[in-house]
Amino acid sequence: MRFIVKAIYNIQELALLTWRALRSFFRSPLYPREILYQMDVIGVGSLTIICLTGFFTGGVLALNSANTLQRFGVQSVTGQLVATSLIRELGPVLTALMLAGRVGSGIAAELGSMIVSEQIDAMRALGTDPIKKLVAPRIAALVTMTPVLTIICDMVGVLGGLLVATTLLHQSSSVYMSSSQYAVSYNEIVGGLIKPTVFGFIIAIIGCYTGLGTTGGTVGVGRSTTRSVVVSSILVIAVDFLLSKLIISLLLERS
Amino acid sequence: MRRNTFAIEFQDVSLAFDEKVILDKVSFSVRYGEAKIVMGGSGTGKSTLLRLVLGLLKPDEGRILIDGEDITDYSEEQMMKVRSKIGMVFQEGALFDSLTVYDNVAYRLRDQHIKEDEIEQVVLRMLRFVDLEDAEDKMPNELSGGMRRRVGIARALAGSPKIILYDEPTAGLDPITARTICELVLKLRDLEEVSSIFVTHRLQDVEVLSREYVMRDDRGNVVIAREGETMCLINTKFIMLKEGNIIFTGTDEELYQSDDPYIKKFLA
Repeated sequence: MRFIVKAIYNIQELALLTWRALRSFFRSPLYPREILYQMDVIGVGSLTIICLTGFFTGGVLALNSANTLQRFGVQSVTGQLVATSLIRELGPVLTALMLAGRVGSGIAAELGSMIVSEQIDAMRALGTDPIKKLVAPRIAALVTMTPVLTIICDMVGVLGGLLVATTLLHQSSSVYMSSSQYAVSYNEIVGGLIKPTVFGFIIAIIGCYTGLGTTGGTVGVGRSTTRSVVVSSILVIAVDFLLSKLIISLLLERS
Repeated sequence: MRRNTFAIEFQDVSLAFDEKVILDKVSFSVRYGEAKIVMGGSGTGKSTLLRLVLGLLKPDEGRILIDGEDITDYSEEQMMKVRSKIGMVFQEGALFDSLTVYDNVAYRLRDQHIKEDEIEQVVLRMLRFVDLEDAEDKMPNELSGGMRRRVGIARALAGSPKIILYDEPTAGLDPITARTICELVLKLRDLEEVSSIFVTHRLQDVEVLSREYVMRDDRGNVVIAREGETMCLINTKFIMLKEGNIIFTGTDEELYQSDDPYIKKFLA
């Protein structure tokens, strides 16, 4: 019973935070500098890990598929297989999971320590709305930067696959590239960008919510950080399933 | 400004977190220019009191008036205006770690879109007031505990609020630094006529704040004097909290003469 009450309470508070954060985009003052700063920290800062993730994922996809494809004599579609897997599924999900680990946890830890050291109270006391100054810029930055990072992840992944296909599997690069172009249809790309936008929002709002809900000193900050990674990762994977179903039935079946 | 009302007034304010009662029908008022010293053990709702004044928390029952204005039902946006009249000094300073000392003090002014050269003047004046002019480019983590509190005071003072709340500004400091902070409080009380609530559990603070005062001598220098036969301070009053109730209000003389066993233990 207590658990259910607590769950409902959390959903209510999360909805309230979401509403207040979204509303704050339409009321002055906006903090464009803060938004740009967060985009830099979150977007540019995550570039390395996203490139590494994409590269090795693309490589391992090519590597694993080679055997199976060879059995059917269709090694020539390696490129398409890698690109489709990345654009549809792995690019968005892996980018989101990496960001949940790197950025979501960072947000939760930063806001959590600000709560514990009374900086959030100080901010309110000095007449600034922390939701406007802290939450809204982080949402804006993640919602815009996650799709961008996903595109980069997809591209680097295809290149990683290419490298593996040509060096380890001895395929021709022109066959790989032309087959991977099959995967890149308009609907695939749109579908592949809806997901990261939603994931970016999930990571931002969960990071902020758990961070701002921190209680119990420095131990609490650790707890909030862990919670933010766990909750946003699970939500990303669960929402990915729902979105996949939606995207397939709306965009991909007809094409 | 209306002079007929109180700077801060609590009317039967109650607050509970879940089942734990923090404040139970607390009523008191702070006159303009008066310093109210709130004492009591840990967990007696002293800090909560200050949070209620700022509207960071809302009471379950009762009314709170700031400068004659009933803020009890104010929304967060309405509160922002009220908060510009109030400066708060947090326990550990609560400085923004990502900003320099200068930017910390300038924080409130920046949000009010004041011109940068004006901001600079105010910030430097405030830093001079707390005797930290050299620290303007430092980051908070480079400062000692006492310096951090002083920057906290400078930040609270920027924008010249007429009400200042101190949340145990001397806790955990050495006696000399604590004394410096108390002297700042005296200066604000006696020279700037700031109304304040000063939360503490240190008797040394009580001693300084209730016995000493600051004035300007014939040459305009600031001097600190002790109250004596000729003068008795009336702008400093005490409140003693115990388990969410006010068990004493009055002057320091009355406090020391109180027969209440809890107060006697506290002062022993």
